[in-house]
Amino acid sequence: MFQLLQISTPVPRNIPLDLPLPEWLLVTLLIVSFLLHIVFVNLMIGGAILTLWCQIKGLKDKDYHNLAHEISRTITVNKSLAVVLGVAPLLSISTLYATHFYTATALTGGMWIAIIPLVIVAFLLTYLNKYTWHVLDNNKPLSIAIIATATALFLFIPLIFLVNINLMLFPEKWGTIKGFFSALLLPNVFPRYLHFITASLAVTGLFIFWYMGRKNYPFEQYFVKLTRYEVKKNAYSLTLAASVAQFIIGPLVMLTLPTKGFDIKLILVIFSGATIALPAMWWIWKSITGEPEKIDKHFGKVVIALSITVIFMGSGRHVYRANALAPHQKLMIANTTEFERLSKEARENPPVEELELKIDSTLGDVAKGQAIFQANCSSCHKEKEKLVGPPITEMVSIYATDKDALKEWIKSPGKKRPDYPQMPALNQLTDQDREELANYILSLKK
Amino acid sequence: MDFPMFHLDWLNDRFLIAIIAILHVFINHGLAVGFIPYIVRLEQQGVANSNMNEITNKDWDAMVYKMMKVGFIITTTLGAMTGVGIWLSVSVVSPSSIASLIRVFYWAWFIEWLVFVTEVILILIYFLTWKNANKSLSAKLRHIKFGWFLSIFSWITMAIIVAILGFMMDPGNWKTQHSLINGFLNPIYLPQLLFRTPTAMLVGGIFGYVLATIFTQKNTDLRGRAVKQSSIWILIFAPLSLGGAIFYYRAMPQAMTDNMSTAVGTLQFAQYYDLLKWIIAGAISTIVIIAIAGLWKPKKIRFAMVIIPCVLAFGFLGIFERVREFIRKPYVIGGYMYSNLLREEDYPLYKRDGVLKYATYTTTPEVTEANKVEAGRNVFILTCSRCHTTQGVNSIVGVFEQMYGQDKPFDEISIASFTKNMHNGRTFMPEFPGNKKELEALAAYIKHLQQTGDVIEGAQNEGVTVNPYQSVDAVVKLIDKQNKAKADSLTRIQTALNK
Repeated sequence: MFQLLQISTPVPRNIPLDLPLPEWLLVTLLIVSFLLHIVFVNLMIGGAILTLWCQIKGLKDKDYHNLAHEISRTITVNKSLAVVLGVAPLLSISTLYATHFYTATALTGGMWIAIIPLVIVAFLLTYLNKYTWHVLDNNKPLSIAIIATATALFLFIPLIFLVNINLMLFPEKWGTIKGFFSALLLPNVFPRYLHFITASLAVTGLFIFWYMGRKNYPFEQYFVKLTRYEVKKNAYSLTLAASVAQFIIGPLVMLTLPTKGFDIKLILVIFSGATIALPAMWWIWKSITGEPEKIDKHFGKVVIALSITVIFMGSGRHVYRANALAPHQKLMIANTTEFERLSKEARENPPVEELELKIDSTLGDVAKGQAIFQANCSSCHKEKEKLVGPPITEMVSIYATDKDALKEWIKSPGKKRPDYPQMPALNQLTDQDREELANYILSLKK
Repeated sequence: MDFPMFHLDWLNDRFLIAIIAILHVFINHGLAVGFIPYIVRLEQQGVANSNMNEITNKDWDAMVYKMMKVGFIITTTLGAMTGVGIWLSVSVVSPSSIASLIRVFYWAWFIEWLVFVTEVILILIYFLTWKNANKSLSAKLRHIKFGWFLSIFSWITMAIIVAILGFMMDPGNWKTQHSLINGFLNPIYLPQLLFRTPTAMLVGGIFGYVLATIFTQKNTDLRGRAVKQSSIWILIFAPLSLGGAIFYYRAMPQAMTDNMSTAVGTLQFAQYYDLLKWIIAGAISTIVIIAIAGLWKPKKIRFAMVIIPCVLAFGFLGIFERVREFIRKPYVIGGYMYSNLLREEDYPLYKRDGVLKYATYTTTPEVTEANKVEAGRNVFILTCSRCHTTQGVNSIVGVFEQMYGQDKPFDEISIASFTKNMHNGRTFMPEFPGNKKELEALAAYIKHLQQTGDVIEGAQNEGVTVNPYQSVDAVVKLIDKQNKAKADSLTRIQTALNK
């Protein structure tokens, strides 16, 4: 079994060009830009889930209907930022891990390409929901169906990215994958997914707390019974509940991750991140159980602490990837070096092409010419009929008295006739070959 | 060679990229670079033509806002995602080339990305603050100023990406000049920019013209004014666009223009390119005619009259993109990597040992008499499938049938001897990289394709089989050998020293 696994693990060669920047800098850019991107993705997905939930609740409670509208207005902005901010981490991972990342995307290529139409449809649906809000006041089921479809798409699309980012870590599995759905079934895809969705809810909770709590936000203009305090408290509670859940889902992610990427550094990073989340959770708890006027008191600290947690978790994610791929990358370097050596050797001693001519000795003087013709010309020229180019009989009628012109044409052919393609040059022929060839062609005088 | 071969055997892999890229160019050029200044100008005219007691002409402003809304929705959905889509599709179809390009253009693309992020934020601000800006004159004027600023920014994004495109298409420079500055200095940069700028304005204008007929009632003053303004805009940029197109066409280096007749189709359509000039002339004159009609009888203009010139304008832009994409052939990276994703410098090795041996994924590391057709299939996937399908768009069966006649049974020997020489006459084709046995296997497979109508599912469906020569097992042995060689030479040096 072990032997089998060894044979079936591929070792592709590296891209034989230098990295554009020092590796540490690329890694930093990757982590930072990825986190920026993912925060807006979180807000887009969390926003869609909350809009759907509020819209359903809004069937009975007008205030929630309005709340849904207010949240939905943020999705379309956050989603635009999510997309543009995603380009930098995509570039960075393609630079650092071209082989692994592109292999994963090629193996799940159909679904990878489907990202484009799926995201476009999801985005158009969020616009539709936003801009038909008042038109569909009398047709709420349709309005809910629109946002529900968008939310379902928003929930599915991250899975495609996750499957790839996961599959790239396991070259030993590449030979067993047949399309997206088989890659989806690798262990640890779903725990990671759950971890991500829960994070989206936590981040969106904080966002709503800030967005609707802003001083210049005309809260009273939109809501009748609902107070700022209630919205903030609910948003904070969502963040707290999601964070608590992460303390169960997080260990589950670690348990299901294959052991190959673990080391003490990874454990330290992850545990530091988790520890810093604890005081934040305590401050949120104090705020939602304390006096309504003081709910804002710890907000800044909460945001800072949770941001640090996110940075640690994002770094941990990278540490695992770097650890998991290091041995494979070492093998790749060895294989690349060997290939470059072989390639250089072959370049310096280019293989000589041997022409195995089948000489028909009954043809006498033109036997060699006929053999050269068979090997080089017969794919396009026949004796009496047009194939790709004109027949030999036509050549004879043009060049019967001018062998040198025929030789010259064979040496540097061009394009004479509009209804024929251009003739290729035959660089492998020598002057002697052309002489033999012309003799043969002109011998066919009929 | 090193990546699983994603393959769309009906649509054609290049076609997938082309659809996404051309859609993106339409939206980027037409709706961002060209349409935004068109809109800002109309917004400004609303203020200029308003009464003393109002900030802007309300009906006019509402119409312009609606037009911008359409542009905004399209750019932030279809526009943004086709932009990302170029990355996503190129990475699966052409991984080796894009991975190589990123290593050289990382900074260029990073800067491009920063500009792009800023552009998106500016578009969001411009559109989302529109209604608030209508509350005071100073806010409205600020909004308009901001719109002009955004227009310049969109143009800069295009100017940078054209430099990147220009660099990638300048053959030979890949090896010597690894710098983006070269992109700005290369001979087709300026012609491209001078073509793209007015053409973007033209497309933006005609798109706005169509929207004007949607968002106004017929025979109204509002429609009359909107049509007239669109017509003026178009008439300013149409001659500039035509001039730019001619300049661009002429500036393309001779070697590239030689290939251009085949850019719009296959060899059979050699004269088609001539026809293309007429199509371009036809598109521009149709647009000019509808613009003159708009000046002459602005209220009479209907949606149905404008939609065809609008489609033609997009087609005009699209055809140039198709040609531009083609002129880099047979390379994907000039002088470095062929469009089959194999490096030119590795060709002697492949010719000596064959391509199959070095492929990371193949079911047949060597060609034998027994596996000939299967090996041919693997050779096809590795060396032809980036541009050819089996039976679909630009199919291999199709191109040979065009040469040898429809439905005439293929002759393996002819196909093999043609394939060996094709790069000399068909300069857009890379040379066949493999050894003799692989060439014969490929010919056998092509014949098999004609006989059976077989197709290929691509690695995204059928998965991959690891080549035992390129597996962990083989590389572990290789490392042992490398280490032993090192140790041996050390011992040799030591014994020499001891003596």
